[in-house]
Amino acid sequence: MEKNPLTLIGTQLVRSDASEKVLGAAKYVDDLHFSDTVYLAIRTAEVASGALRSIDISKARGSHGVLAVLTHADIPGENQMGSPVPDYPILLKPGDEIRYVGDYVAFVVAHTREQALRAAEKVTVMVAEKKPVLSLNERIRELQKGGDYVPAVHQKIRKGDSDPKTMFDSCDYVFEGDFFADYQEHAYLETQGMIALYDQDNVMTIYGSMQCPYYVQNGVARALGFPINRIRIIQSVTGGAFGGKEEVPTYFAIPAALAAYHLHRPVKLVLSREEDIQWTSKRHPIKSRYKVGIADYGRLRSIQVEAHADIGGHSTLSPTVLWRSSVHAAGAYEIPNVRVDVYGHYTNKVPSGAYRGFGSPQVFIGIEGIIDDVADHLKKDRLYLRKINALEKGKTTPTGHLLPESVGAKKTLEEVERLSDWERLKERVAQFNREHKHLKRGVGIAHIHYGVALGAMGHALDASGAFVNVLPDGSISVHIGGTEMGQGAKTVIGAIVGEVLQQPMEKIHVYQTDTFFLPDSGPTVASRTTVFSGNAAVLACQELLKTLTALYSTEMAVPPQSVRYTGGVFSNTEGQKPVGFGELAGIALKKNIGLCATGWFQTPRLTWDPENGFGEAYVTYSFASQIVVVEVDCLTAEVVVKEVYTAHDVGKALNPDGVIGQIHGGFVQGMGYALYENLKVNEKGKIVSDNFNTLTIPTIHETPEIFKVSIVEEPFSKGPFGAKGIGEPSLIPTPAAIANAVSDAIGKRVREIPIRKEYLLDLIRTAP
Amino acid sequence: MELHLFVNGKEVTTSVPENRRALDFLRKDLGLKSVKEGCGEGECGACTILLDGKAVCSCLLFASDLAGRRVLTLESLGKEGHLHPIQQAFAETGAVQCGFCTPGMILSVKSLLDENPSPDDEAIKKALEGNLCRCTGYVKIIEAVKRAVAIIKSQGLMI
Repeated sequence: MEKNPLTLIGTQLVRSDASEKVLGAAKYVDDLHFSDTVYLAIRTAEVASGALRSIDISKARGSHGVLAVLTHADIPGENQMGSPVPDYPILLKPGDEIRYVGDYVAFVVAHTREQALRAAEKVTVMVAEKKPVLSLNERIRELQKGGDYVPAVHQKIRKGDSDPKTMFDSCDYVFEGDFFADYQEHAYLETQGMIALYDQDNVMTIYGSMQCPYYVQNGVARALGFPINRIRIIQSVTGGAFGGKEEVPTYFAIPAALAAYHLHRPVKLVLSREEDIQWTSKRHPIKSRYKVGIADYGRLRSIQVEAHADIGGHSTLSPTVLWRSSVHAAGAYEIPNVRVDVYGHYTNKVPSGAYRGFGSPQVFIGIEGIIDDVADHLKKDRLYLRKINALEKGKTTPTGHLLPESVGAKKTLEEVERLSDWERLKERVAQFNREHKHLKRGVGIAHIHYGVALGAMGHALDASGAFVNVLPDGSISVHIGGTEMGQGAKTVIGAIVGEVLQQPMEKIHVYQTDTFFLPDSGPTVASRTTVFSGNAAVLACQELLKTLTALYSTEMAVPPQSVRYTGGVFSNTEGQKPVGFGELAGIALKKNIGLCATGWFQTPRLTWDPENGFGEAYVTYSFASQIVVVEVDCLTAEVVVKEVYTAHDVGKALNPDGVIGQIHGGFVQGMGYALYENLKVNEKGKIVSDNFNTLTIPTIHETPEIFKVSIVEEPFSKGPFGAKGIGEPSLIPTPAAIANAVSDAIGKRVREIPIRKEYLLDLIRTAP
Repeated sequence: MELHLFVNGKEVTTSVPENRRALDFLRKDLGLKSVKEGCGEGECGACTILLDGKAVCSCLLFASDLAGRRVLTLESLGKEGHLHPIQQAFAETGAVQCGFCTPGMILSVKSLLDENPSPDDEAIKKALEGNLCRCTGYVKIIEAVKRAVAIIKSQGLMI
């Protein structure tokens, strides 16, 4: 069928869920109510390390309003929620090792949440305490001692000459540096929550705030010992996630489901902000050491990276997160010789996990800092140095992935150069600095790539479904396996369906994700939803068009190859015998012709050598370049971001406003990480900053006044209409760009984020 | 205790425990689910209501603090198909992503525009400094307020 001009894709769209959200009518999990609901509270270990000796629930059981106190003995299935590594019991039993303060000891169910919380305090536990390991450095020293200590995770990349003894021999200059990126808390505005109902069809139905309903389904089935077909997960409207609702919601769905299983009543668990911050994953703290060799007047020749991550008390997603760190550690450049080792170490702290960027922002601060060092040493322009090393079509990534298409890397660099008026910007900032003694401005650049979807390590999960059903009135219902968590999935999928079927957005309804409608479509993570759910929706719509075309051909006695479909109207090649989509759908349904179709998109295959850490890591890469201007008060170490220029290669911006919204939000979240968000853990392994009075996230005052965005479109041939991902690349360059800008302002290399005031003051005061 | 107040224009007489938070009273007893709880400490603004026209955090008040006063929640603003200009502006500008901060944000904007129909950027930021948003980076929210001002002016509306 011929191509029609695009009417929705690339146009200005109003979010399909905007109306319910601005009316305050959208139902988040805590807004749902079922009669006879009872409430759950979790009793955690409260010590960071040790062995559980005994649990006494008698006082809690007798507490006012209590219906049940559940312990390890009440788990009908497997007492395990660790995946892929089975190191995370749901409920500790006597003899078990306590790995962090939030490990579960008992679940208390009562008529009200307050009663449950009060009773949970009455569960008494005896513990043989051990001194907790709270510092990553302690683990690194253990590894360096060379004894029998084995880190929980080790991911590596090897390309070209990766022998540290020889790989720098051919380099003219060698640069080295240490970097550290600390925790970041997701701080989605809606805390985690679940409601479990053990009701109709003997099925455990769970509503909740989440990104990955299929993870929850599998985790709950395992805990209850149910076949997966008796677990149904319905995602409620989700108030932000950013990776924080990837693996973690399972840990709250399981308690709710266990209680509903035993009590046969709806069970609600919605976390307080303090519980949410104490018990949910964080961005991994990562220490890294970089060694970079340069040849030919600024060409990157060799890179060696050794990085160490604090994975906390349980390994959860750390192997996958740190694999992504390893793939991105050498940066978005062409480098012939690469050696990367990323280690993950257990500590007795909250498990680190998925967070927007998935282990990459922490390593980009390293490579991007070193690139500036190189440029400065060689007296070359920092943007120029990035340009001459940037990836291009036909070049290979640091993992040896030959890029056949969709490489907008250089274009993003050219775009920020244009947007910022680079030469004049530098002059403007220099002028400001000549005129000010204590206030200093600095310019920072960062250039990144980001592998879209789950990549070679996540092949098994990297497929997605969509179900599209045309109803007798011509309206269209769409179910996808990906989730809407605020990023705009419903809107972009609606636009894709509307574009392929040539129907207006008003006729299309994209539903909340429900595991009953589609097979396991993998997680809504890794900036993969537009590509994966989008492609599945395209496939389903193409099926429907085939059916309708065949019907039209029979009805109108027109050969199938001469059927035309334009502007939502079927006709013959001359444009005669027009029949609209809705009318033809009505005819089809009267003739008992089904107008529903499932699309199933599988990831393109990748060739990857896990032994040597080499090959095609991801199906495609998004690229971004960013320039920021900061102002540093050298007396107080106050840092303000004044200007932002950012360019993103997204393949094709299907919903440009949505893309820009991601870029704004990602930037400010990344800025929070770089400058403000100090997550403090005390000597007992507890997080001290567990609410917004102590954990400062950016307010409206911190939003930069000058914020210019450029969208670069280098189409990805396997993406819907050429699209790649933007969810995470929106944040990834920002911490590095800001660290570089602050470095520029003070004339010394910033090596830590968040850039704490005490750290920055010390740096300002020490001689260069 | 006995409580008498006006909620979204309607007179309400009821009895509540003395220690009931205004937030729980509105959400749970009156079913006004647009009032969200984000932190319970008056830091995030998700539970913002208008109390005699002023934006306040309902998590920091007791139900008894509402006695005799006029409470407005987002439920009182627009209806499906008939959005209030501020709601329309938020929807059209892309100032909404996950939507959890949106009810409180819109009420803070209403309080601002009731007082100051032509706010500059500084006034907008001041009015919204107590409403955290983790999704949008606030850029579109500032734009939405300006758009709301324009809609209200173009329609000659009083809000």
